[in-house]
Amino acid sequence: MAEFLDILGALLLLAGTIFLLLGGLGLVRMPDIYNRIQAGTKATTLGTLLSLIGVAFLHPEWSLKLLLIGVFLLFTNPLSSQVLARAAHRTGAHKSSSMIVDHLEDDLGEKP
Amino acid sequence: MTLSIGMGLLLSVAMVVSAIMATRGKRSLGISILAAGLASLLASVMFLLLAAPDVAMTEAAIGSGLTTFLFFFVLGRVRRGEHD
Amino acid sequence: MAEVLVTLAAIVTCMAFLMVLWRFIKGPSPVDRIIAFDGLTIVSITGILFAALAAERGIYLDVALVYALLSFLGVIVVARFLERGF
Repeated sequence: MAEFLDILGALLLLAGTIFLLLGGLGLVRMPDIYNRIQAGTKATTLGTLLSLIGVAFLHPEWSLKLLLIGVFLLFTNPLSSQVLARAAHRTGAHKSSSMIVDHLEDDLGEKP
Repeated sequence: MTLSIGMGLLLSVAMVVSAIMATRGKRSLGISILAAGLASLLASVMFLLLAAPDVAMTEAAIGSGLTTFLFFFVLGRVRRGEHD
Repeated sequence: MAEVLVTLAAIVTCMAFLMVLWRFIKGPSPVDRIIAFDGLTIVSITGILFAALAAERGIYLDVALVYALLSFLGVIVVARFLERGF
């Protein structure tokens, strides 16, 4: 039984690191800055959470600290992603040829 | 054992690259400060691999956190031209 | 079996680290570099997990908690600097 839990935890850890690798691949290959924000925060959040669950299966006595780290990451990562997207729009770094329509700029332009 | 040696080699290469970016970059000053913070962050992971968790925690909080924020704060103040 | 899978996961983490580091070196705009900095911090949290697994010491996870706090605060401060310059 303990061996089965070990193998399950190692498989979850491997799945989490594969999500981290996919996030890194998206960060390298994506053409636009919003796509890079999406790949660089969502996929790495899921990968880190899966890795934390896998380590909790491997060592059950560390579960409290791992739960604390996971809850903190789950709360703060979407917030930092939103702040980054707002900074990208305000500094004008988001302009690229792949972006066709920008409703936020239209709405901001209409206001006095 | 071999794995931790490999991770240490990778970390040292990344530290050298970020230190070169911090000192010899033709980029803006903010990028240099960010690269210096990255070098300090990777040094903290290196301390952890060398089995010193207390030094690693201090390095992460002071070297990579407080110093980087203080540099950004001072850079913003200097650019706005305040003299108080 | 489990040790082989953990070693494989550590190698995959090193590859992800290299990819995010390439975006930090190459990134055209400062926002790209901040995304890469955040990603490097998060990948380093997983690296700390592997160090804790290799050394069998639970005290290493406290450093991972400090890292999670640091990544959030760093992104907030640098984005605020880019928007308004403090």
